[in-house]
Amino acid sequence: MKILVTAKRVEDPESKIKVKPDGSGIVQEGLKYKINPFDEIGVEEGLRLAAKHGGEVVVVSIGTKDVQEQLRHALAMGATRAVWVNHAGALDQLGIAALLQKVVEKEKPDLVVLGKQSIDDDQNQVGQYLAEFLGWGQATFASKVESLESEAEKNKVPAVALTADGKAVRVVREVDNGLATLEVQLPAVVTTDLRLNQPRYASLPGIMKAKSKPIEELTPEKLGVDVTPRIQVLKMSAPPARKAGIKVPDVATLVEKLHNEAKVV
Amino acid sequence: MLHGQGLFQEEHEAFRRTVRAVVEKELRPFAQEWEAKEEFPRELFRRFGELGFLGLKYPEAYGGSAAGELYEAVLLEELGRCGSGGVSAGLGAQFTISTGPLHLFGTEDQKHRWLAPAIRGEKVGALGITEPDAGSDVAGIRTTAHRDGDHYVINGSKTYITNGVRADFVVLAVKTDPSRGHKGLSMVVVEKGTPGFSVGRKLQKLGWRASDTAELFFEDCRVPAENLLGVEGQGFSQIMGNFQWERLSLALGAVGAMDDMLETALEHVKQRRAFGQTLSGFQVVRHKLAELFTSRECARQLTYHALRLHLAGEYAVAQTSMAKKVATETCCRVADECLQLHGGAGYMMEYDIQRHWRDARLGPIGGGTSEVMNEIIAKQLGL
Repeated sequence: MKILVTAKRVEDPESKIKVKPDGSGIVQEGLKYKINPFDEIGVEEGLRLAAKHGGEVVVVSIGTKDVQEQLRHALAMGATRAVWVNHAGALDQLGIAALLQKVVEKEKPDLVVLGKQSIDDDQNQVGQYLAEFLGWGQATFASKVESLESEAEKNKVPAVALTADGKAVRVVREVDNGLATLEVQLPAVVTTDLRLNQPRYASLPGIMKAKSKPIEELTPEKLGVDVTPRIQVLKMSAPPARKAGIKVPDVATLVEKLHNEAKVV
Repeated sequence: MLHGQGLFQEEHEAFRRTVRAVVEKELRPFAQEWEAKEEFPRELFRRFGELGFLGLKYPEAYGGSAAGELYEAVLLEELGRCGSGGVSAGLGAQFTISTGPLHLFGTEDQKHRWLAPAIRGEKVGALGITEPDAGSDVAGIRTTAHRDGDHYVINGSKTYITNGVRADFVVLAVKTDPSRGHKGLSMVVVEKGTPGFSVGRKLQKLGWRASDTAELFFEDCRVPAENLLGVEGQGFSQIMGNFQWERLSLALGAVGAMDDMLETALEHVKQRRAFGQTLSGFQVVRHKLAELFTSRECARQLTYHALRLHLAGEYAVAQTSMAKKVATETCCRVADECLQLHGGAGYMMEYDIQRHWRDARLGPIGGGTSEVMNEIIAKQLGL
């Protein structure tokens, strides 16, 4: 089984993000970066499936040379090899999905596993676009509800599982009012939600091995994709600071305020 | 990367991220709880073994990864950030002082008996040197080991032994020939449960509270002669050799602890308000932090310098002693100043800074006092 996973480079959520005074973007000096946590969950799920059914996990990222750090991280976790689409400058979701489509057509994986969204711009679109472009089935927001640490959870049927005939995946996905289970014919696109798994640490032997694993370099030109963004970011601004709350003496006052001031009850 | 430019490579930084994630998820959240219990779970040794952290510089034949001391340096520095000196000391002792001599001087059989299970985290080790009447003065120890046939008979006591209560084996400094001063010193391994070996009370400490620190007693304790480490009479130089890495490890831990404290203090002064502005609005506070960060950088770079020399195989006794002294003393001062920046809150047990302040105080005492460091440096000057 061949599985393609993604490793987007995003700002470390622990970093303090500041918007540039002119609103043209964020201040990048001094920021730390890491793999998009949803993608990391996707890498982990890919590795678990590959370990169970045999096969390889190929990781892809798009960006400048810096994204090699995230590719190496996925390789250190256990991915077999990496594809780096070298591109500097803005990209929108359609451009990313178009690039991934070409990589998928080249690699011909049985399954693509991506984070449901990246924590920088929270778009939640690439997986869906990719499935559409490829004409593949999709199962988004693969998830579980049980505690991740319990023994019961560990023994439970995985949320992403290959069917007995090996021709489809059964995916438990998080929806508004509970869990839905889908069966999708392979090849397919799966996107991962937060509660799917706990990604492993990159072990030292993994880190050492990752040094010699190949990273193939591609470019949008080589892939024949025009990535000129169709979406333009006009301005970025920090969310307004939250005002301090107030304390109310009793329930009656609370209800009165909710009714007359907030007008929600 | 900026701090250790030219020393750490990309793969060391990748390993640093792994250790940091482990520290953030599995150690730091429990610092307060383990401090109150005066113990961290024994399971942590096994967990660290599983993660491969206990055998970074040891050969693969014994379950290590032979990755080298620079990786262990990364581990030590990051462990310093776990918020509990006791946890980093207890775990650190396992892969630095207690297994170091086994690796350097042990026979094949000894390594399989004690080093391999210690690397897996199954057996806990301790190093027993300090006695009620001799600490930094290693040659002055009084615990004796008399040869009797194919056994040594050990008599004496040890104190302030890290991991002493839980240790499955103790690498013990003994006098095999009390008449020959430092040339009469040897190292011998004593296993838990050996008749005549008993563990006294767990000692109460100012800091490092989550680590177990014990008194050990030996009364006609018979140990097979094959438990001798290396050559009889070579104990002093064996101990001195092992001290170099122990001192570097203490310096690295102090640097990591300073990172943790200063990051917290920096956030605190940006948020805490007094007299209508944040503390960071006061020039005196900004300058104080500028000085503290400068001091930490000095300590870090001297430590890295000693580390570089050590890794290059240079005779770096003076630089290592300087680094140990400067880093641990700077750490005490930084802890004290950071506590001051916290004001009244800094004196409260619910804030982390008080624990750092207490933990830091061990630095200029353990692994050779600052005074002993000065003596070593002076000796290197030919004085």
